[in-house]
Amino acid sequence: MSEEKIIDLKDEDELRQGRRDFLKHVCTSSAAALVLTTTPSEAVDSASNPDADATVAEYFQGHFLLMSEEEKLKAIARLEKRYSAKYMKKTTVANTPAPDGVLFGYALDIGKCIGCRRCVHACVKENNQSRNDPEVQWIQVMKMPKGNIAFTADQLDKGYPEKSEFGDYGVQVGGNAYKTAGLSTEDAQNYYNDELVPDKDFFYMPVQCQQCEKPPCVKACPVRATFRDHAGVVLIDYNWCIGCRMCQLACPYHARRFNWGEPNLPAEEMNPKTHYFGNRPRMRGVMEKCTFCAQRTREGRNPACQEACPVGARKFGNLLDPNSDVRQVLATKRVFRFKEEAGTYPKFFYYIG
Amino acid sequence: MKTALSFAMDFGSYAIKGGTKYYAWLLFLGFFILVGSYTAYLQFTQGLIVTGATDQITLESFFASFVFTAHVAAAAVLVVAPGYLYHRKDMKELAVIGEIVAMVFVATGITFVLFHMGRPDRTWHIMPGIGYMNFPNSMLAYDTIVLNVYLILNMIGVVYMLYKKYVGKFEAKQLAIWFKPIVFLAIAWGPLIHIVTAFVLASNARIGSWHTAVLPFAFLSMAGASGPALIILLFLLIRKNTKLVINDSVIDLMTTIIAWSLGIIILVFAAETFTLLYPGTEHASSLRYTMFGHNGLNMYVVWFWGVMVAIVGSFVALLFSKVRRSYDRLLPLVCFVVFVAILTEKPMVLVFPAFSPTPLGEYAEYHVTLIEFFNVLFVWAIGFLSLTLILKGAIGILTGEVRHDKSAVASQSGA
Ligand code: SF4
Ligand code: SF4
Repeated sequence: MSEEKIIDLKDEDELRQGRRDFLKHVCTSSAAALVLTTTPSEAVDSASNPDADATVAEYFQGHFLLMSEEEKLKAIARLEKRYSAKYMKKTTVANTPAPDGVLFGYALDIGKCIGCRRCVHACVKENNQSRNDPEVQWIQVMKMPKGNIAFTADQLDKGYPEKSEFGDYGVQVGGNAYKTAGLSTEDAQNYYNDELVPDKDFFYMPVQCQQCEKPPCVKACPVRATFRDHAGVVLIDYNWCIGCRMCQLACPYHARRFNWGEPNLPAEEMNPKTHYFGNRPRMRGVMEKCTFCAQRTREGRNPACQEACPVGARKFGNLLDPNSDVRQVLATKRVFRFKEEAGTYPKFFYYIG
Repeated sequence: MKTALSFAMDFGSYAIKGGTKYYAWLLFLGFFILVGSYTAYLQFTQGLIVTGATDQITLESFFASFVFTAHVAAAAVLVVAPGYLYHRKDMKELAVIGEIVAMVFVATGITFVLFHMGRPDRTWHIMPGIGYMNFPNSMLAYDTIVLNVYLILNMIGVVYMLYKKYVGKFEAKQLAIWFKPIVFLAIAWGPLIHIVTAFVLASNARIGSWHTAVLPFAFLSMAGASGPALIILLFLLIRKNTKLVINDSVIDLMTTIIAWSLGIIILVFAAETFTLLYPGTEHASSLRYTMFGHNGLNMYVVWFWGVMVAIVGSFVALLFSKVRRSYDRLLPLVCFVVFVAILTEKPMVLVFPAFSPTPLGEYAEYHVTLIEFFNVLFVWAIGFLSLTLILKGAIGILTGEVRHDKSAVASQSGA
């Protein structure tokens, strides 16, 4: 109700803001464009060793959003060529724009989630993450004790002061006094390895990039390699990121993953249908994270994690459309945002169905 | 032009001349540079995976060391300021030494940041014009600006002062009018780089132990302790081994600064500890972890208490004038302890434990790898090598052994 109105208003605002930002970029980027036109892009096609020249051209390419249409096409052609050769299959790198009049949102039912981690693995498969040594996962499922998770009944009257003329309830020091009550991650298990899920004494809470409306990561990035698109999704230009990890420091959801070494993606497991800002293979030394499957959602499909969930705990949709699944959840369920005290206004909602 | 050339030549040839001890020191640094070149090569070809950093603890020893270099660089103004702001005669000539320390440490810090980056080859992306600088949003963008400006200011200061002295025109009347403003700007800029560096950390609201208004004050007071500690050690060494005169009064001033900076550090730590621990909210988890460990993870506990003991102990020691006057024994010892305590405080208390618990409640320990360790030593070795050579040349000029008008004579007698 009032929640809906807030979202609508904020979105309009953000959209306007986004457009203004974009114009500003175009203006300030003329210098960058100058440099770009001088790169030996014609040489790329004719050279005997396309890799070397393409690498040089790729090295000198500017921020993707600031490129001209022509430069974008060239950059994409370069990448398709490189990936196709490297993974020995025809790879496409899409540049589908984000749809207009859409604000992507996600809702996850922690009452239903059984902690099977199928979303985690579907995501890895879809998004071309490094497979082993290390395996990079964008979704992390927390296994948390049921009830008031940081509260233990046997600690009720423990602690200091033990005895006083007011009784013997040690509430100030010891006992439960040092535990945070409420939804605290303090007792979460992130690496549980159960044969059978769900464990009846626990509930599960998957966390991935929350696509904040006020993303601290975007603020922190010194080169604006990470930014928010007009459908509300926070993306990264992997070719522009300098690997300083300021965004990782800033993110309150531990959503960002860094390629500490060369990503290890076997050719046969590589997903050749990619998007420039989505699942195209990354290089060493750059940041990555959930993009709400840009390669899928920008074409009107659902994210891979949403499709993989066996119990239907995940709902994805357009927050601006009152009939979408997400909006239905927002209208009818008890909904909360994770760490709302961080003031980031996630577009990822949790609810208990 | 010719004078400038002979300035560079004389300076260089004096800098590389010295006794056996001097060469042994250079060789010692050379060893770490040699080993470090190999480990640096490993890091730049394989990526940061060779360090101990993880997605949980994303800052490595390079970033921690960078914060420390900012301490010392900022504190170097304490040598420059007395001469120019308070017109202390005994310090005016020494100002250049402060500026050299500042210059070398800022450069070392910038090198550390390059080691910290995943793609140092893409550094040009941040240059306005050819790249895109996220100004005024990103704190790292501010830091890049203030560090580079500080580096340039100090470079100008050092070269100009030494050159003027070299050609024998160092009297106030003969200095260019733009020079004084530059020195004053550099003095103001010192604390500024440090405050901005503190904000780079404090701006991350999710890291409880940095998200505090006392962080800049903690940083400045640590700068006030660690910087002068290094400078006293340098002054004592210079006094013993060269003809440059450095009065006791100068050293006493530095000692006083250290003592009171340590006092402020203690107050800041106490205030922060109290503010976090008394209400015992979630924000205290990280500090509690550092102080007492968590479920058997207690790697940082000994470092925390070790650093605290060293800081309080040095403070108490400096209250005794016997210690303060013991120029050849106790004072250098205390300075050494202060320097090392604050150097180790950076990774082991400020940076690594701050990441636990992570936003998803994980506790982690950081284990520095051998390659990382040698890379840190590599950067330090380059820093200290430059510091040694530049200081050596500068001392030649300050003592008048290297001079323009009798340059031939000077270089002979120096040999
Ligand atoms: S969850 Fe983290 S990575 Fe995602 S938008 Fe928010 S701050 Fe950025
Ligand atoms: S790691 Fe990349 S995306 Fe993150 S702040 Fe640095 S440059 Fe920006």
